[in-house]
Amino acid sequence: MNTAADREKLLEIRNLSVDFKVKGGVFTAVKGVSFDIYKGETFGLVGESGSGKTTIGRAIMRINDASSGQIFFKGRQINGRITRELDRVIMQSIQMIFQDPMASLNERAKVDYIVSEGLYNIGKAKNEEERRASVQKALLEVGLLPEFASRFPHEFSGGQRQRIGIARSLIMGPELVVADEPISALDVSIRAQVLNLLAELQRSMGLTYLFIAHDLSVVRFITDRIAVINKGEIVELAETEELFARPLHPYTRALLSAIPVPDPIMQRSKKLIRYDRGCHDYSVQGPTWREAKPGHFVLANDEELGRYRAALQADAALSES
Amino acid sequence: MNRGNPILSAGNLVVKFDLRGRILTAIRGASLDLYEGETLAIVGESGSGKSVFTKSFIGMLDTNGWIDSGSIIFEGEDIAKYHTEEQWLRVRGKKISMVFQDPMTALSPLRSVGKQIEETVVLHQGLSGKHAEYAAIELLERVGISDPAARYRQYPHEFSGGMRQRVVIAIAMACKPRILICDEPTTALDVTIQAQILGLIKALQRDFNFTTIYITHDLGVVADVADRVTVMYAGTIVERGTAEEVFYDPRHPYTWALLSSLPQLGVKGRPLYSISGTPPNLFNDIVGDAFAPRNPRALTIDFVERPPEFKVSETHFASTWLLDPRAPRVEPPAAIRSLREKYASSLAGHGTSRDAEKSKGSES
Repeated sequence: MNTAADREKLLEIRNLSVDFKVKGGVFTAVKGVSFDIYKGETFGLVGESGSGKTTIGRAIMRINDASSGQIFFKGRQINGRITRELDRVIMQSIQMIFQDPMASLNERAKVDYIVSEGLYNIGKAKNEEERRASVQKALLEVGLLPEFASRFPHEFSGGQRQRIGIARSLIMGPELVVADEPISALDVSIRAQVLNLLAELQRSMGLTYLFIAHDLSVVRFITDRIAVINKGEIVELAETEELFARPLHPYTRALLSAIPVPDPIMQRSKKLIRYDRGCHDYSVQGPTWREAKPGHFVLANDEELGRYRAALQADAALSES
Repeated sequence: MNRGNPILSAGNLVVKFDLRGRILTAIRGASLDLYEGETLAIVGESGSGKSVFTKSFIGMLDTNGWIDSGSIIFEGEDIAKYHTEEQWLRVRGKKISMVFQDPMTALSPLRSVGKQIEETVVLHQGLSGKHAEYAAIELLERVGISDPAARYRQYPHEFSGGMRQRVVIAIAMACKPRILICDEPTTALDVTIQAQILGLIKALQRDFNFTTIYITHDLGVVADVADRVTVMYAGTIVERGTAEEVFYDPRHPYTWALLSSLPQLGVKGRPLYSISGTPPNLFNDIVGDAFAPRNPRALTIDFVERPPEFKVSETHFASTWLLDPRAPRVEPPAAIRSLREKYASSLAGHGTSRDAEKSKGSES
């Protein structure tokens, strides 16, 4: 893997906050989050329900407005008021795959329309012939037959429906795909098929993924880097294997200890770590976003950072001896 | 392993459903022995019949479904023969309780949590008035709900998903069941909450002395809780054994495929093993081994005759022709072979605990 410095940043998120109006006040779902996604990588955003992970995805898609902060795509700010031309560009360049393939397809439309709806919206296809050809190509790319275009969603299994959802995003020729829990609604054996498809498409088309998930075991298999989010704040970010080998933040450690491993002996010997926000002493100094070692970021104050760095050094010394 | 007599025993059970005149055979001859005090996990994908199978133990099949043949022996009686609600009420909720996936649908949104637990206490423990209220509060405390006296008066919507599932478990405990059936009890919950709920059920099992059946598709959960594992596919049991036997030395090609397709066993950058095709249509008659059309290692006989259950060990059985003495030697996929080797080396005394510690270090 290249060093961070010489890689192209496809997406940059700076101090992003997203607020929602609720009865009697404001709820901040995302609190000053910053991260970059490099071109060609799979970036995992992992958190539990209510952590704000989906809201970040939706802010990138311009579905939710950012309350403050900036989102840059290829160096151009895409949140807030943007030109019609830029809107058109990002509508094509950033696409989304949803969690539940049973809910995300229009039941009353044929696959042909579902897959090419985006083309209609931006008037991309010059004529009917070209549109049909694009639909066929997209279906083939996701491993479906072109003749499926004339069928309705209910005629397909969950795995096939998820493929239709993927075809719908590919037809726009995206560079960044935001995949929000794309396999958690699928059966174990179907998950493998869809994961393989996503990996294959990444290779053949040079796609970049933002993979939003709660299941760290899946994320480990598919991502290059992972950000862990808790209650609207990213608490840790590192390369995938680094995060699994040397988790620093107590929330990350708790999350890792809670995922059940499909290995009885290992699972039974595991000790569950509970995360309590009270374990941080932020009375003297609050936490900020720090780089504990190159590429490994954590939300910490000075005292915590010192401890984390000492642990990293001890670990490095141990692996050398 | 000395386990004594089974507490519940299903024999060659066949369950059918009538769907607008078409007959669907959801369970095609499944047998199961459940032993006192154990935790048995039933694993399968959607449509495998795992939920229907266990629902038939408490008479909770949908109205268009019925037990076509076979037996379910519980406390010396064949409960598969029950046909009235009164008969089922002697078992369901009294001796066999169930915890479902979605705690919101199991609770009434209109009544306080305390009243809902109390109702069960009144019905099953014969308590009344203040005694019932105290018992309900005690149960709330027992399932890990803090400030139970105040929570007693609250409504389900004031509880988080995990807390609601605790309430459902408290209701199940109020019946002092002999068997607790947990149908995907943590699927709707976050992983950290899931770990707490699984821990709670284990602790309660020790205190209340019940036997647990888990129904789940999550093999991580199975590894966490199960003493024994039963694998279901297309309405039949394809393999059963202790957790170690099924996880480290599986014999049925479907179990191989299921384990191999786990991302945890995958090698990064390489395609994951994936099962091609889809499960068979249960409206049709299934000839031979139901998994054969999706099994790249299928034998000719797999398409002709349904395999009987072969014995691998005293506790391990699999329904596959591969175990027939006449069958050719078929090697399991690489991922399965490495599981087997890993287990063998840990058994050989090369520090089971050290290996576990080491992997634990990289996992947590």
